[in-house]
Amino acid sequence: MITQESQRRWLQQHLQQRMPNTFAHQPSWLKQSRAQAYKAITESAVVNRKQEAWRYTSIENLLKQHFKHVAEPMLSTPGSQNRKLQYHNVANLDAYRVVVIDGFYEPQLSDIRNLPEGVSVKSLRHVLKTDPEYLATWFGKTAPHSEHVFSALNTALTNDGVFLYVDKQVELDRPIEVVYLATDNDHSLLLQPRNLFVLEDGAKATLVERFISDKDGMYFQNHLTEITLGQDATLRHYRTQNESRQAYHLSSIYLSQQAHSHYYSTTLAFGAVWSRTEYQATFKQAGAECNLNGLYMVGDKQLTDIHLDVRHSVPDCVSRERFKGVLYGKGRAVFDGHIRVDKQAQHSDAQLNNDNLLLTHDAEIDSKPQLEIYADDVKCSHGTTVGELDAQQVFYLRSRGIDESTARRMLCLGFAKDIVETIHLPALQQDAILKLSELLTGTVFVKD
Amino acid sequence: MLSINNLHVSIKDKTILQGLNFEIQKGEVHAIMGPNGSGKSSLSHVIAGREGYQVTAGEVNYNGENLLMLTPEQRAHHGIFLGMQYPVELPGVNNMTFMRESLNAVRRARGEPEHDAVAFMKLVREKAAQVGLHEKLLKRNVNEGFSGGEKKRNEILQMTLLEPSLVILDETDSGLDIDALRVIAEGINTLRSPERSFILITHYQRLLEFVQPDFVSVLLNGKIVRSGGKELALELEEKGYNWLEEGVAA
Repeated sequence: MITQESQRRWLQQHLQQRMPNTFAHQPSWLKQSRAQAYKAITESAVVNRKQEAWRYTSIENLLKQHFKHVAEPMLSTPGSQNRKLQYHNVANLDAYRVVVIDGFYEPQLSDIRNLPEGVSVKSLRHVLKTDPEYLATWFGKTAPHSEHVFSALNTALTNDGVFLYVDKQVELDRPIEVVYLATDNDHSLLLQPRNLFVLEDGAKATLVERFISDKDGMYFQNHLTEITLGQDATLRHYRTQNESRQAYHLSSIYLSQQAHSHYYSTTLAFGAVWSRTEYQATFKQAGAECNLNGLYMVGDKQLTDIHLDVRHSVPDCVSRERFKGVLYGKGRAVFDGHIRVDKQAQHSDAQLNNDNLLLTHDAEIDSKPQLEIYADDVKCSHGTTVGELDAQQVFYLRSRGIDESTARRMLCLGFAKDIVETIHLPALQQDAILKLSELLTGTVFVKD
Repeated sequence: MLSINNLHVSIKDKTILQGLNFEIQKGEVHAIMGPNGSGKSSLSHVIAGREGYQVTAGEVNYNGENLLMLTPEQRAHHGIFLGMQYPVELPGVNNMTFMRESLNAVRRARGEPEHDAVAFMKLVREKAAQVGLHEKLLKRNVNEGFSGGEKKRNEILQMTLLEPSLVILDETDSGLDIDALRVIAEGINTLRSPERSFILITHYQRLLEFVQPDFVSVLLNGKIVRSGGKELALELEEKGYNWLEEGVAA
């Protein structure tokens, strides 16, 4: 049992790992943010299963582990890391590339040459050293200080991440790919990168984030991203996560959208031992669109949690949330999708869908779609399905000479197809289908 | 080729077939007729190997082999093809990909080389034109958004591609307009050969105007109650099934 005390003790222990002088030379706004985060960790509510947002997601095993906070990038051998990266490469993906190893931006392995004018991609750590005031406009502005203790922990301790800035009306000619590689270490590391993605008015970009790791890496990736989209800005954002089955992963994404901005995202969560992806999206001005798609594949000894919070606080915005899950073995998943339409947010158009395919009797999904509507002139809908593979469909394929496991794989891929197709980069789409097929060929079809 | 002796089948304790005997030789076209619920579709499913049917007695021999021991895919590899009454939709499964996967699986099992994408494309286009299936339907998901007639043409296309030795068509004629019926009958007639047998399961005599059967059998209450030549179909058309039912009862 985790008590409030034991959880606070865990948080304190991790906070205390920072070096006494780490933050000595930091600007006052950052010190202030850090101080508020500290306060939140010590004083505000800790995570517990009585909170709606954590009802089905236990953090008990996470809190049994002790993770090592790292203040400086560890001495790494770029050669060996490079081999790992190549192994995980997406074939034919033509993109600017940023590599983050164990939470730190690795310039030697990154390639951001020839970025268009008006675009900058930098290490957060580097900017904090050279031009910290520059970040004050965005850091902590989209993410509340104390959404929950883990984002507070990130705010308190983070010391690197990716800062992307796209100036007004600038359109990126190629996608930017950010690869997070977590290595199998002597220590269980606490990785807390923090990203700031800023698109000014009319800017357009495509961003690919991929979370990969050594096979048996054991770590806690407590990742936080703040995204700000200016008026008429468009961001296509693709995230794939396929990490060690020992690792813990929490991604908190905070999104803020100005008028007529468009955010299209696809998340492919193949998981870790425990992983949670959170979206907090807020419309700041009318006419914006937020499109969240995702697919989770969850097997034995895995818990995958998708937590969406979309807030319509202004009129005339559109939100779409479409997530699908394929669960097998004793896999467990949580889908918690919440859309809130405030009283003044007339003409909101919101749709929330969650479909799940359970391939075994032992798999379990807790799906919780919620619409909270206070305005009266809106178009909102939600739907959830949970089912298994259709015996008639399997028979149909088998009667055409296709063996049973191939038949089942084809149907699962068919189920996932419309989500995968929301990835508008052919190379990445192809890679996703390949990964899915691999996973589906593996342990998925042990019959029960 | 196929010989069924004293077959008893039930589904969840409900008896469907009770002592069915049936025999078909190479090259024959055999129509099985009967009213709704007489066990026609169940018979076709049992031959194709659908799960959920319990064979409580009897045997099914196919070219000297115990058919009931084979999985559905093995039966397909051995040349059995079932054209379904209600072909299911397969969301997200591309029709062309499906057919290539199917044909190559059967070819592999027969020890024949697989078709690569280009060769297959050429073949499937040619065959699709033969059965009057619009090419755009090849690019769609299997049967998704197909009309009733298009679904049946898609079945006939698969039959044409797989070149089976025993074809069972389960009410392939139902719900078709006369033009579609003609195309499908043509597809069947084209494939007719001394090496290939057909079991046509149908309600009506209509299909048999276009495809002349060698034999007609009537399935009633889980048994074949009468067999004869093609004139039996006409007799049934005229008199219905009641007179046979009375015969059974008596």
